[in-house]
Amino acid sequence: MGLENWNVANGGLNGSYVSVTVNGKKLEKVPVIVQPGQAKGTAGLALGYGRSEGFKKDMVVGVNAYSLYTNFNSFQTAKLTKEAGEHEFACVQLQKTLMGRGDIVKEATLKEYREQDAAHWNEMPQVSYDHKEVPAASIDLWESFDRTTGHHFNLSIDLNACTGCGACVIACHAENNVPVVGKSEIRRSRDMHWLRIDRYYSSESTFAGDVDKKDAASGLMNSIETFNAMEDPSDNPQIVFQPVMCQHCNHAPCETVCPVAATSHGRQGQNHMAYNRCVGTRYCANNCPYKVRRFNWFLYNKNSDFDFNMNDDMGRMVLNPDVVVRSRGVMEKCSFCIQATQSVILQAKRDGRIVGKDEFNDACACSAACSSGAMVFGDVNNTEDPIVRLKENERAYHLLDHIGTKPNVFYHVKVRNT
Amino acid sequence: MSSHYEAPIRKPLIIGNKNYHDVTVDVARPVEGRANKQWWIAFTIALIAFLWGVACVAYTVGTGIGTWGSNKTVGWAWDITNFVWWVGIGHAGTLISAVLLLFRQKWRMAINRSAEAMTIFSVIQAAMFPVFHMGRPWLAYWVMPIPNQFGSLWVNFNSPLLWDVFAISTYLSVSLVFWWTGLLPDFAMLRDRAVTPFTKRVYSILSFGWSGRAKDWQRFEEVSLVLAGLATPLVLSVHTIVSFDFATSVIPGWHTTILPPYFVAGAIFSGFAMVNTLLIIMRKVSNLEAYITVQHIELMNIIIMITGSIVGCAYITELFVAWYSGVEYEQYAFLNRATGPYWWSYLLMMTCNVVSPQVMWFKKIRTSIAASFIISLVVNVGMWFERFVIIVTSLHRDYLPSSWTMFQPTFVDAGFFIGTIGFFFVLFLLYSRSFPVIAQAEVKSIMKTSSETYKKLHAAHDNHSHSEHNHH
Repeated sequence: MGLENWNVANGGLNGSYVSVTVNGKKLEKVPVIVQPGQAKGTAGLALGYGRSEGFKKDMVVGVNAYSLYTNFNSFQTAKLTKEAGEHEFACVQLQKTLMGRGDIVKEATLKEYREQDAAHWNEMPQVSYDHKEVPAASIDLWESFDRTTGHHFNLSIDLNACTGCGACVIACHAENNVPVVGKSEIRRSRDMHWLRIDRYYSSESTFAGDVDKKDAASGLMNSIETFNAMEDPSDNPQIVFQPVMCQHCNHAPCETVCPVAATSHGRQGQNHMAYNRCVGTRYCANNCPYKVRRFNWFLYNKNSDFDFNMNDDMGRMVLNPDVVVRSRGVMEKCSFCIQATQSVILQAKRDGRIVGKDEFNDACACSAACSSGAMVFGDVNNTEDPIVRLKENERAYHLLDHIGTKPNVFYHVKVRNT
Repeated sequence: MSSHYEAPIRKPLIIGNKNYHDVTVDVARPVEGRANKQWWIAFTIALIAFLWGVACVAYTVGTGIGTWGSNKTVGWAWDITNFVWWVGIGHAGTLISAVLLLFRQKWRMAINRSAEAMTIFSVIQAAMFPVFHMGRPWLAYWVMPIPNQFGSLWVNFNSPLLWDVFAISTYLSVSLVFWWTGLLPDFAMLRDRAVTPFTKRVYSILSFGWSGRAKDWQRFEEVSLVLAGLATPLVLSVHTIVSFDFATSVIPGWHTTILPPYFVAGAIFSGFAMVNTLLIIMRKVSNLEAYITVQHIELMNIIIMITGSIVGCAYITELFVAWYSGVEYEQYAFLNRATGPYWWSYLLMMTCNVVSPQVMWFKKIRTSIAASFIISLVVNVGMWFERFVIIVTSLHRDYLPSSWTMFQPTFVDAGFFIGTIGFFFVLFLLYSRSFPVIAQAEVKSIMKTSSETYKKLHAAHDNHSHSEHNHH
């Protein structure tokens, strides 16, 4: 039919238009997203969009599908005709596939998990040290800092339990006064998500197949062809979600490169961001291998160019008074909800008790919002805290361990049925 | 500094029948005369470009870095590309002034003044970028380790950006001092020839009371030697520090030990190309072809060829090491550079930087003024793309595919860059009409050994004495 999605020069996603005719009723100018994995010959249109009024005009998006909804039928035969024109989508993630990088999202089948050693399905990167292969995590250029006194925060993300619902992202936005930047900024890859959910499709029918294909590529031309082909998702892909936020690396690449020392490491393991010291050179964001840092490209509050959640009094009343609203030109990122953890600690101090084992988990916005229990936040120095067992679990691994950043966030290997 | 003997077969460095007075008059003419139409046209264009740049910077500072094309993944793009490009260009001047002085290369005399001026003006342009690329440039002074009311809070000495602050400011100050010291006898020349009281006043102040006594010259020679000794390590260290902005990071394509020598060679490469661009125009427009001869251009072309070959070698080494290392992220970074969405910038970089200097193996091309001019422009375009490739293609696709983005510049990115080019030419054009563009005092010191006039005299004298001997 010639319906396409493509990325324009600045990265924004554009798509074709169709008109949809169902039982004689026609809906025009419906934008098309090509969804990898959707059955051929089907089209899906969600109800609930295309309102005529909204709280802000930018909230009025999409088309009203109710006009096609007959007799409470969820499935109907539709006729699609391609229309002229290009629709501009706001899609945060350009790259659909994982490019065979199996160390980023580690997976195992249930069979492998049961029958094989963790060393097989949770392979730790090795380096050669003194002519022997040792785990990369055991090599350290620097002396370790002793964090066994006080609290030491870690965050566990179970890729099995994560459904990609996005509640954690909303919670983080709400808790931390993260600005809404609008469609045109999102199209230019300037979203402000401190916590994002990465979504990958496989290019072969499984992610394991992707890894095998990448490993099998040999020679220059073959490698080029393989990587080019791997940018396209399969028609029947596997899909994985991975929430990514600041990993609070104990050897943070961002901390060393800030010329004015605006980012430093806390005793409790978090990477601190001093907004008022930041002059905005953006070296820290460039040096972050996880690309979790976000920059305030414009003034997003009290600015009529960004008339979203912070331009009027009502929107500003919703802001969390415990968290600073950042100005133009400074960096921001996940703080492990330091305002919430401090509040827990101080409350316990006032009550004259130690912090309870689930208190930190309930205080941190993302872990509190996670309904499936995929995200657990806690103090690894507290033996009663559930995070301790999660960290000792053989499915636990760090993202991009081989760089040597020693993150305080860890993931659990995803175990699929087949 | 002149040596006492030069072989007769060496090509003269000052051609035509020039005597000492001719040198004075030729160098003073652009200063003493009125600007011609060509100068005014060039100056107007440069001034408009400069003012456009000022407007773009004001817009950026007033509204935000969001007016540029950068995004969450590509935090640096045109800003740092331009910064490295301008700093690189500056290195030629220091090499000509300092390194060639230590190596006693007499051909530097005619070109060092303008090359050093080019260095200072390009470092000024370069300095704009670290300041204005900041999200809060009004706080730029926070990178300076000065006492403050925050505790006092020190700056972060671990940061390569901070090392840049020291490297660039040292470079600017040493270059300025070196340039000014060399200018003293030449300003004195202009002062002594000055007709109007205003001109005389200005050049008197600028020449710091130079009297031309033997003692002044002795001090002049000593200080030049000391400053050359100070400036020489800067040629290597400044761009090494700039390369550390990338080399000390963790990003594939940036994190590589080849960057320091690669950047230094690239800097000298682009710097000499810019010197050629400027001098080929200036020698024609200011009638200085007798001093900036084809031989000078040829020698600079040879340096361009050598450093271009080093840069080409570095490109190939990067590719080899990416393969040999077996590091998959590194390998992908280079495959992406050559075959990914920005393959066209990589191709430009390779063609302009690797292929074009190689044509200068042919003597006919490296002694052709037209060819040298074109190649010098091509080289600078290529070097701009080299920095663009290093910065943008390494950043836009790094470790996690979810953060892969594209980069597209805005008119403000381009406007800022064009503004610095305009500013550079405004400064250079003003310099060419108010400063002696050739180190005429130094050129005079090599007249007896290296000028065509005196070579002919020596040759005639030798023939005469030989023939006398023969007769006896």
